[in-house]
Amino acid sequence: MSKPDLTSQYLGLSLKNPIVPSAGPLSRNLDSIKQMEDAGAAALVLYSLFEEEIFQTEMEHHATTLLPSESFAEALSYFPEQPELRIGPDQYLEHVRRCKESVEIPIIASLNGITRGGWIDYARQIEQAGANALELNMYMIPTDFEMSGGQVEHHYLEIVRAIRAAVSIPIAVKLSPFFSAMAWFARHLDETGIQGLVLFNRFYQPDIDLENLEVVPNVILSTPMAMRLPLRWIAILYGRIHADLAATSGINSGKDILKLTMAGASVCQVLSCLLRHGIPHIQSMLNELETWMETHEYESLDQMRGSMSHRSVGNPGAFERANYYKALHNYQL
Amino acid sequence: MKKKYQTLDGNEAAATVAYQTNDLCTIYPITPSSGMGEMCDAWAARGLPNLWGHVPYVSELQSEGGASGSLHGALQAGSIATTFTASQGLLLMIPNMFKLAGELTPTVLHVSARSIAAQALSIFGDHSDVMATRSTGFAMLCAHNVQEVMDFALISQAATLTCRLPFIHFFDGFRTSHEINKVEPLDRETMRALIDDALVQAHRKRALSPDHPVLRGTAQNPDVYFQARETVNPFYQACPDRVQAIMNAFKSQTGRQYHLFDYYGHPKAEQVIVVMGSASGTVEETIDYLNAQGQKIGLVKVRLYRPFSAEHLIGALPQSTQSIAVLDRTKEPGGSGEPLYLDVVHAVAQHFGSGRLPFPFPKIVGGRYGLSSKEFTPAMVKAVWENLNQDQPKNGFTVGIEDDVCHTSLAYDPKWDIEPAETFRALFYGLGSDGTVGANKNSIKIIGENTSHFAQGYFVYDSKKSGSTTISHLRFGPKPIKSAYLIHNAHFIACHAVEFLTRIDMLEKALPGATFLLNSPLAVEEVWANLPKQVQNHLIEKKMKFYVIDAYKVARACGLGGRINTIMQTCFFAISGVMPQDKALDLIKKAIRKTYGAKGENLVAMNYQAVDTTLQNLNPIAVPKVADSKIQMHAGVAPEAPEFVQKVTALMMAGKGDDIPVSALPADGTYPTGTAQWERRNIALEIPVWDPEVCIQCNKCVLVCPHATIRAKVYAPQADAPATWRSTGFKARAKDQNLDFAIQVAPEDCTGCGLCVEICPAKNKRETRLKAINMTPQNPIREQEAENWAYFKQLPEVDRATLNHQSVKESQFLQPLFEFSGACSGCGETPYVKLVSQLFGDRALIANATGCSSIYGGNLPTTPWSQNTEGRGPAWSNSLFEDNAEFGFGFRIAIDQHKAMAENLLRLHADRLGDDLVSALLQANQNDEPGIYEQRMRVELLKKKLLADPQITQTESGSAHLFALADYLVKKSVWIIGGDGWAYDIGFGGLDHVLASGKNINVLVLDTEVYSNTGGQMSKSTPLGAVAKFAAGGKATPKKDLGLIAMSYGHIYVAKVAMGANDTHTIKAFMEAEAYDGPSLILAYSHCIAHGINMRMGLKQQKAAVESAHWQLYRYHPDRAATGENPFQLDSKPPRIPLKEYAYQETRYKMLAQSQPQLAEELMQRAQQTVNQRWSQFEKLAAQPGPGAKEV
Repeated sequence: MSKPDLTSQYLGLSLKNPIVPSAGPLSRNLDSIKQMEDAGAAALVLYSLFEEEIFQTEMEHHATTLLPSESFAEALSYFPEQPELRIGPDQYLEHVRRCKESVEIPIIASLNGITRGGWIDYARQIEQAGANALELNMYMIPTDFEMSGGQVEHHYLEIVRAIRAAVSIPIAVKLSPFFSAMAWFARHLDETGIQGLVLFNRFYQPDIDLENLEVVPNVILSTPMAMRLPLRWIAILYGRIHADLAATSGINSGKDILKLTMAGASVCQVLSCLLRHGIPHIQSMLNELETWMETHEYESLDQMRGSMSHRSVGNPGAFERANYYKALHNYQL
Repeated sequence: MKKKYQTLDGNEAAATVAYQTNDLCTIYPITPSSGMGEMCDAWAARGLPNLWGHVPYVSELQSEGGASGSLHGALQAGSIATTFTASQGLLLMIPNMFKLAGELTPTVLHVSARSIAAQALSIFGDHSDVMATRSTGFAMLCAHNVQEVMDFALISQAATLTCRLPFIHFFDGFRTSHEINKVEPLDRETMRALIDDALVQAHRKRALSPDHPVLRGTAQNPDVYFQARETVNPFYQACPDRVQAIMNAFKSQTGRQYHLFDYYGHPKAEQVIVVMGSASGTVEETIDYLNAQGQKIGLVKVRLYRPFSAEHLIGALPQSTQSIAVLDRTKEPGGSGEPLYLDVVHAVAQHFGSGRLPFPFPKIVGGRYGLSSKEFTPAMVKAVWENLNQDQPKNGFTVGIEDDVCHTSLAYDPKWDIEPAETFRALFYGLGSDGTVGANKNSIKIIGENTSHFAQGYFVYDSKKSGSTTISHLRFGPKPIKSAYLIHNAHFIACHAVEFLTRIDMLEKALPGATFLLNSPLAVEEVWANLPKQVQNHLIEKKMKFYVIDAYKVARACGLGGRINTIMQTCFFAISGVMPQDKALDLIKKAIRKTYGAKGENLVAMNYQAVDTTLQNLNPIAVPKVADSKIQMHAGVAPEAPEFVQKVTALMMAGKGDDIPVSALPADGTYPTGTAQWERRNIALEIPVWDPEVCIQCNKCVLVCPHATIRAKVYAPQADAPATWRSTGFKARAKDQNLDFAIQVAPEDCTGCGLCVEICPAKNKRETRLKAINMTPQNPIREQEAENWAYFKQLPEVDRATLNHQSVKESQFLQPLFEFSGACSGCGETPYVKLVSQLFGDRALIANATGCSSIYGGNLPTTPWSQNTEGRGPAWSNSLFEDNAEFGFGFRIAIDQHKAMAENLLRLHADRLGDDLVSALLQANQNDEPGIYEQRMRVELLKKKLLADPQITQTESGSAHLFALADYLVKKSVWIIGGDGWAYDIGFGGLDHVLASGKNINVLVLDTEVYSNTGGQMSKSTPLGAVAKFAAGGKATPKKDLGLIAMSYGHIYVAKVAMGANDTHTIKAFMEAEAYDGPSLILAYSHCIAHGINMRMGLKQQKAAVESAHWQLYRYHPDRAATGENPFQLDSKPPRIPLKEYAYQETRYKMLAQSQPQLAEELMQRAQQTVNQRWSQFEKLAAQPGPGAKEV
């Protein structure tokens, strides 16, 4: 029997398999990017270009170089002129260019903006830099007590529409799970003309340092449990919207990929498992995937894609609230 | 053809030509010349080619001595090479200058002429430095203004190649080096035309080369040295004509004709002034005015000063000359006149003697003016002319000061104003941090390069590094601007910070009908009532136009914080009408893009928004007819201040130092200490306020305060405290249970840095954003806290003999004897300096290397070194930059000798003084504070006995000397303090020698890893990968390990400390170093504004430096070796964070990652390897058994 066909279509890109390393530190240097390609990654989402970071860097540079200057006769400045110094997206864009030159796999850039102008300008520049597609890393913590859920969704939709109108490369939107009407929102996002939804973004969740009474960052790698949430929503959305669905969070093994593909995912984005087990883990997952498919006589991923989705399973209620009761009721001492 | 213009300063003008016409620059930073080297380095880093298409190599040396040595070597090896320097730097080059001239070596030294340190250092301009090099054999060409700087840089380069004599091309420091003016720039074609490649080749052919070997630098004997010295004469004889020929060739290229001596003025002048430098513009302006009134006055501008051509000078003087006044911008004490005067006298006498003087022997007088950038105004020129009109004119006069001691000074009328009416004059009073100067530099360029106006900008900075005031002087008009003096009568005055109004009488300088622009946070209708009455009077009496804007509000709305420069600049263009408003706004925006563009579109957008929203916030105010304000300008200092402070210091503080007569100033540069306390600067917007409920009484805030504005006291409870006084019970030993504890801030001296808040470990349990000390707006609590501070000051100091000096907490009850300095807000150096003053200040002598610490430590008007209630305190002095270790060593050997002599005399007179007392004095244990206290008591007893026993005091063996020397029986502590530029670079040789001497000296290196005072140039302490000036591409070599070098001797106590990482360790090291009877070296990590950090986070950054092991903590104590232990103790833990986690918090590292990310990554990897290797090396050192360890 020939090898199972792992090819997957995502954002209009033909991928050799469904494994796409997601945005994160591994995509910051070319060496690890090449290693990921060599290990079998089908495409790559670059780390995010954060508009807020650019803004902060500008302000910091200004505060530390310009503010102290022209104050004291002996030291009219404290740093040499560096005309080649650029603060802005240039380094990111250059990274996109170099990635495109260095690897064969498609490069999906990632963008996190804070202003409408920033989203649009940077999206255009990313397109010009040659990215195959753009993932919009959209999250904000809606702490404004005057802002309703509807207004939050409207804000997202407005930005996505503007970006969609500004660039022609495929766009995926990476969402947080914290929307009260995810299906409604996914449908409206889909109607903006985007090509993909990435489910779900994991927030940085702060912790409290008891000894120093400080709020501290606490980055924790995702665990397999995290996969359940995207699995449910991919299953629900599959076949109901046009956009491709990418799964992310908690994907650790070939079997996880199988599950998500059956739920309807076009691709699976992985990061924590690579940080935990190393880049060669991509190949391990692919091997496991292939072996399982061979054992279970699947010819291709397309064959199974969506086969366990909400609309394809016999008991779609399993993905709905009833599933919770069932789990409880079936539990026996 | 339409002329091209450029607006630039003198340094840029010189550097432009020097860079184009040389292969190589060897440099070392010194004010005001640093900019020339920095520009060349930046151009080379950018790959800009010179005339021959090559990128010149720019190399920073360890001193000017080094720069001149390398220059000499490079020239001998055939390079066309140059350097830039001033003042002490030029003096350090003198030995090589004799060599360069003796070997007929073509080169040009570009010198921004500056005062030489005599009774005091001065960074400002005069000719003392170049005049000190007259005997070196260098030719000297003087440029009088920015245009001439560019022109003469080229002419001197051409001349040196032609004449084979080395040249000093000099111009006035600051007045010309830093003045921005509109000039016709020299293009490459002109430079190519003037530089003869055949001469370049001839120079290269003379290079030392093994392919055609020769030998230079012989040692000669009495038989030939003299004759050989005379061989060069023909070159000097030929030089003047050759220079003139080059000047003529220059004219054919540019149309600008220069002569060795240029005459200006009435063709039949009877009185002639001879002058050299920027003053000539002012003289021209004045004689134009006076000649128009019917006078016959002329001016000879000296250009080629050496070789001095008497022929050309006499030829330049009109035949009608009857009297000559020669003005020197230098002083030669004890001489029969200053150098230029003597040269002129000699030239005239020589021609008279040989019958070639074309006019009768004139009266010739000489005088001094303009030392240390002292103003030289038309009124002073008039005084010089009036003196010449006297039958017996004063000779050896001074002008510009009041000499009421020897009465040399000429009287002048300071109000005499002749500035051309068509020249628009504007003054801008800004805060250093608000960007005023930067915006005004842009304004001058906008006017100079976009209108037909000529334009000039000159900028005055104050001597404080925190809360500094800047004054921008801008002129523009239809004619070239010659006025080389500050604006005294302005058409436009802008006050960018409303608080200036109560301390600076700026409208005194307003012309009638002038415009006043004020940035005020008050509502428009409240502004008038809140002006000081004097300001209201000026506005009314001078019928001024008055505009107000709340620029801070506009800036905040645009996200620009306190950066109001573009807002005020927009107002200036709108009000002054120098060009159509739309055009002005467009040009301002172009300047904004040029300034910020590469560094961020957000900043551009924010500034654009500021420009666009400014004018709608600009309000004209109708000036009322009556001045009704109750607010008065601040009077002088507090009435309890000492007489010297009242009579002298207060005038300097009020900006009236120019009015102080000679008699009021100390003749030998000796000044009282403790004067900073009288200067209440009120520069903090927020100050810390203590919360006794939360405080754990650790005193860390007191320890880290850079300006000694937070103090702690323990005292017996008092009943008379002010209403808002805060105190709590002292948490300490049982015996202190009934004492109160208070922490108080000096509200008017605090700079608001926030280091105290950041270091405070105590958090409010109910609201964790609050600590035991919290920043609070200063203005509303100023008065109450001033009252609390006054109360705190009168509480008794804690008895130092009862305190454990090794503890952070208790050491901080010791009175700081270094307070309220002008250091940067949040300075990382001063907490260490203050600690020295607390622990040892009452018996310390301090030798301070030139640099930041000598400026914030010794720059007038007020100085921070102070005294305790007994009148004891640190005695402080600054010798030079390069010799500080040797200077302090001199202190030590003098003290030791004094002590030895006192001990000899004690023994000699033991029978009369009493054996018990003498024995106790000789054998006193002074290893701790009680021991020192007891010895002080014994010395007092000794003095009483000496005074009471005439037989002793009258003896020939000199017990009067014993009385004078008695205080040396109390232990003295010698501290040698300086930065890394001194210790690692320019002073390293001396430091090494002094450390090796074994003498009991304590060296404190305030290691900022960069030349901070001169603006961030690389030192050998600069770490690998960090960007600094002269290391624009990141320093490619690791930081020198000065500690390891010192440890290699074995007898030197060495400690590396970082207060922010481990304060207990810091204090322990200071105590051990001082107690060690031998040389000690403390390397103290000092965060710095030149690192590009938020200074408030400086101590956290120190901690990160240690956690990454970039900075290790250790102590090497030779005494431990003596007891068989390992002398080396590694006191910090293995690296906990990667180097980049520390480094990328700082702009000095980050900017390389932003400009050259790959290179930054490579350097960071190498830097991490270096850190790892050094840590491993220190671990091995720490693991070694001591010399006395027994084998198991």
